Amino acid sequence: MNNYFTQLGNSTKQRARGMGQYGIFIAFVVICLILSLITPKFLTVSNWTIIVTQVSINALLAFGVTFVIITGGIDLSLGSMVAVTGIVASLLAHPDDYPVIVPILAGLLAGVFMGAFNGAIITKSKVPPFIVTLGTMTIGRGVALILSKGRPVSNLSDLFNFIGGGNILGIPFPIIVLILAFVVCSLVLKKTILGRYIYAVGGNEQAAKASGIRVNKVKMAVYTICGGLAALAGILLTSRITTGQPNAGAGFELDAIAAAIIGGTSTSGGTGTMTGTLIGALLIGVISNGLDLLNVTSYYQQVVMGAIIIGAVVLDGWNQSAAQR
Amino acid sequence: MTLHSDYILQVHGLSKSFSGVKALDDVQLNLRRGEVHALMGENGAGKSTFMKILIGLLTPDAGEVLFEGNELKNSDVREALKQGISMIHQEILIVPELTVAQNIFLGRESTQWFSSWLNDRDINQQAEILLKQIGLDVSPKTKMKYLSVAEMQMVEIAKAISNNAKVIIMDEPTSAISDKEVATLFGIIKDLKIKGVSVIYISHKMDEIYQIADMITVLRDGKYIGTKSAAELDRKSLITMMVGREINTLFPEKSASKGEVVLSIKNLSQRGKFENISFDVHAGEVVGIAGLMGAGRTEIARAIFGLDAFSSGEIVLKGHKITIESPRDAIKNGIGYVSEDRKGVGFIPALSVKHNITLASLSNHTKAGMIQDKSESAVATQMMNDLKIKASGMDQKVTHLSGGNQQKVVIGKVLLASPEIIILDEPTRGIDIGAKFEIYKLINELTTKGIAVVVISSELPEILGMSDRIVVLSKGKQTALLSREEATQETIMKYAMLH
Repeated sequence: MNNYFTQLGNSTKQRARGMGQYGIFIAFVVICLILSLITPKFLTVSNWTIIVTQVSINALLAFGVTFVIITGGIDLSLGSMVAVTGIVASLLAHPDDYPVIVPILAGLLAGVFMGAFNGAIITKSKVPPFIVTLGTMTIGRGVALILSKGRPVSNLSDLFNFIGGGNILGIPFPIIVLILAFVVCSLVLKKTILGRYIYAVGGNEQAAKASGIRVNKVKMAVYTICGGLAALAGILLTSRITTGQPNAGAGFELDAIAAAIIGGTSTSGGTGTMTGTLIGALLIGVISNGLDLLNVTSYYQQVVMGAIIIGAVVLDGWNQSAAQR
Repeated sequence: MTLHSDYILQVHGLSKSFSGVKALDDVQLNLRRGEVHALMGENGAGKSTFMKILIGLLTPDAGEVLFEGNELKNSDVREALKQGISMIHQEILIVPELTVAQNIFLGRESTQWFSSWLNDRDINQQAEILLKQIGLDVSPKTKMKYLSVAEMQMVEIAKAISNNAKVIIMDEPTSAISDKEVATLFGIIKDLKIKGVSVIYISHKMDEIYQIADMITVLRDGKYIGTKSAAELDRKSLITMMVGREINTLFPEKSASKGEVVLSIKNLSQRGKFENISFDVHAGEVVGIAGLMGAGRTEIARAIFGLDAFSSGEIVLKGHKITIESPRDAIKNGIGYVSEDRKGVGFIPALSVKHNITLASLSNHTKAGMIQDKSESAVATQMMNDLKIKASGMDQKVTHLSGGNQQKVVIGKVLLASPEIIILDEPTRGIDIGAKFEIYKLINELTTKGIAVVVISSELPEILGMSDRIVVLSKGKQTALLSREEATQETIMKYAMLH
């Protein structure tokens, strides 16, 4: 019964490859060019190191939610997962308590568990992901407050704090994590069976099922991966601010979803790429950095950011319909 | 009145190109008042482009459309509606959550109190009269989603009538309704004719055309081929006009010999849908399943393939009872299913031809979890050649293919999972004659390879032409199992109507 609103038949001619896919990349380059012309500080290694480091947390979350959105779902609990996993890791990260691997693994495990919990409820109950993750968003925030007794968890070991604040050969560790996560997520989406099935489930769930695909398993997988990436982001954040904050990550899910959407992922499912999402996240970072350099107050930055989200999707729609004519 | 008062619609020299490709080239049409005019042509002949111009969805590059003698320059659907041209689309455009009356008057709501308040009572009354007029027995207050497809179509006709339509375009109106409902529809069309309403009727079904049409206009590759009165034009000449070459026999000669029993269905039942269905399928054999719409044909196929559960009975594969709880189990056991619902269950529109074709057999092309693009592309290319799938390349998205080619992609996908039994549910619905013929040839090739085939179809000539044996259903019960020799249109219909 999906066909009620289908447009009056598609023209059989192949849609010319519009700039849809590349539009956001071109916009990104143009904005970078403009910024480097008006402020000399923009195009410097130190500034870009700051941008990418700041972007890394949002990008990790955005990678996770890209998988989810391509299947036609959504995850609103990202921010809460960041908080819970950060608290879990920080509680185990006091100096002389455990080796640093313990808080990291515990944090990751907590994220994977929460993601799987989302996936299990969504596939078993058939309740829409928006509602399920709206619920777990609130549950997660509560859990973070309970575990931390409502107080920040501080006094973390130096080695733990290295994750978010340290460098290897001058490259901040978060950037290394970001690059690795990007490569792995891209490969999973483009080159593995899971990736193909993710597109198939989001493109037409019934057809996917009739092709022998275990749709529920694919959904479980994307929410679990999303939880794992949220944990990675939570650990990075906790380490960078050197405390576990139960209120950390509030609203992060919206930035992550925005990055995915700006990068061309359709909320109706079936399309999207990791490269697009990465550029979406970088674009958000570059614009807030540029506006900082130009001394624009953060109030205006929010207005600009909102306009960009809508603009990106409108532009994409224009490109697609222009290419269809 | 003008000179041509008996023509309500006259079209001359109509042309339209899309990015340099001519979709319509100098097309003409003359439609009299109260005439049913069939528009025929293979998919891609330009019928839909033509109709979209008439209803104002597209603007022509050249040509003239005279409506009641005045030139119609509408590039706006609202304007065309106001003039009296309505279209009933193949994919019914309704709002499921609104009531029948609200759908009929959508965009023309009746209001009261300074036009600020909806007057549902008024539209319900008007709708009631309209529904009575076309003989549709539903309450105007019923939500649209509770109606059958046929009833939804009737509502669309009611909507067109309430619009004072003088020309109603019907695009494949019978593609999803039962024979009985077709009879009702034809009754309504005859009433419309008496009232002087003209109908442009698009269909691939020859029988219908000859039952209902006065005139036939044929398009091919965007060009006007000719207009003949239906009484003067025999089927063979019509097909020749459409295809541009002669097709002597639609059903190719069978060469396969019958082998061992591959699949046995034993007393299969699904509560409320079908009961005690039993038949065998041999290797190299085609078993047809016939019955009216709602007889349970598709439900049986879905149950065998694991898309729905069945309540009792057995599925036996080469002497062993098997359990099928999901399509995955069915595929593993060598059962393939090509659904009647091509768009809903068949393919994934946003994926390419290649990715759709390999979807059910992707694990054959992986190494260490990674998809091997080379081997995937190789099989996809092979399958595209084997099935003669016409696409700009294997990376073209399936949405942009014609219906026949989309169907071949789905069949290709099923074949790549190497089935021993293949169930084809309405394999030729909505596809043109040339592509139909190719699918029939393909079914023959499958049987020669020893594959067992089950064909479900609501077109009796197709069932009769293809099947070795025919299972006939009536209201969920198996009323006959006919051999090729016993089966005629009449015997099948007799058993299909049996209570």
